[in-house]
Amino acid sequence: MEYATIRELVSLAAAAETSIWQIVLQVEAEEEEVNESDVRKSMLTNLEVMKEAVDYGRQNNIQTGGGLVGDEALKLEKYFASTSEAEQNNIYNKIITYALATAEVNAGMGKIVAGPTAGASGIVPAVVLSIGEHNNLSDQRLVEALFTAAGLGYVVSKKATLAGAAGGCQAECGVGAAMAAGAAVELRGGSPQMAADAFAMALKNLLGLVCDPVAGLVEVPCVKRNAFAAAHAYTASTMALAGIESVIPADEVIMALTEIGDQMPTCLKETSRGGLAVTPTALKIKEDLQ
Amino acid sequence: MSIFEIMGPAMIGPSSSHTAGAARIGRMASLLFADKIDRAVVKLHGSFADTAVGHGTDRAIIGGLLGFLPDDQRLRSSFELAETEGMEFSLEEVKLREVHPNTAQIELYNREKTKNLELVASSIGGGRIKVTEINGSTVELTGRMPTLWILHQDRPGEVGIITSILGSYKINIAFMQVYRNRKGDIGSCIIEMDDQPNQDVIKDLEKSEDIFQVRYLPRI
Repeated sequence: MEYATIRELVSLAAAAETSIWQIVLQVEAEEEEVNESDVRKSMLTNLEVMKEAVDYGRQNNIQTGGGLVGDEALKLEKYFASTSEAEQNNIYNKIITYALATAEVNAGMGKIVAGPTAGASGIVPAVVLSIGEHNNLSDQRLVEALFTAAGLGYVVSKKATLAGAAGGCQAECGVGAAMAAGAAVELRGGSPQMAADAFAMALKNLLGLVCDPVAGLVEVPCVKRNAFAAAHAYTASTMALAGIESVIPADEVIMALTEIGDQMPTCLKETSRGGLAVTPTALKIKEDLQ
Repeated sequence: MSIFEIMGPAMIGPSSSHTAGAARIGRMASLLFADKIDRAVVKLHGSFADTAVGHGTDRAIIGGLLGFLPDDQRLRSSFELAETEGMEFSLEEVKLREVHPNTAQIELYNREKTKNLELVASSIGGGRIKVTEINGSTVELTGRMPTLWILHQDRPGEVGIITSILGSYKINIAFMQVYRNRKGDIGSCIIEMDDQPNQDVIKDLEKSEDIFQVRYLPRI
């Protein structure tokens, strides 16, 4: 069994009357010649790393390489502590806090799971862990959601790119949001096709996103962008669960991602020679750091 | 390709190419050296040089030289730990020709100064690396499969001897590269295998008359 497109992934899952995660797990076990329980164990290890990063980032003011970020999740935690219970139980608030926490840990040379990349590592854990906590789901269910995310990202890596240097931030945070959206659909009980639609909608809306990091660091705008992309992923999953479909199918959105990435000028693809990176403030920051 | 390359690796941030890849380059260098490193000279090229401090590229390479994996928290404090371990190091910038933007050149020396290793390696994205030069010879070493690096006399039949030893242990060769600087000189052979070789295989190879050095490099 194998899959090279989102469509194939959905068809395989639909034909077997199962979920995308099950197909992804099965193919991984076959391809790598390991049994499914070992594959699950490896992903559980990733889940543990994700939880630790979120916990650390929520509780600590993190010292980062450039010192441009580090206390955002902490600020949100403090803010929510002073708000109403309804506000505290709002899943979006949890999602943005967790995404910031992970992205800050990453910026501070802490341990994270790169997925799809280190710079976009806050999105998938934020969405998956928040839904898990909100609905009291078991770790195994969360592990399964990580397979959904991984399988969707796998297709992008085969057909397009996951590198900001090649495709801009649409290939990192854009794809991270799309992976998280698909995973969120399956966690929330949606069908494989709904997961594909959520994936497509999330990615469509972040197409064209450039990679213009200030001083070349994975701090500005990267860290806060993880929070926006994570909230965005959850929005896409809700729309898909309601039966809203993507007019452009997922695989064609991936084609558009590649085309846009190719047309994007090099100065906006992780070279820090354009966009936010060359604003007066960014240039001053760069100068001060050297 | 495994899905754990998409949802993974677990690593120390902030950048898979500038941090995780850098740690792997350091570790690969230490595995190739296979001796206690007394002094390391690390030269950074291109984007590696431009953003080294902010990305921890410098700390990651030194940590890798100390044997740390990309997910080891000790990468952060590798400079201090190098001092404790008695490994001297210096970092400088270099401009190399026709290499990947994320490239490092590393020179390693042992205590007696009798042995040194020089290599050039690049971080090619997503934490993956490629060693492109060892002691002046062009190579291609990725660490994605269990690998043997063998130095041998360049003479007819030598490569055949190596492959039959591996064959006798039922080790399947996935990829193989053979290099030499001059005819009849020392040949260098890089063998990527489907399985890990055991100690007996390595001992058998070492016993062979015209084999000077055998290094086993696990998947990194």
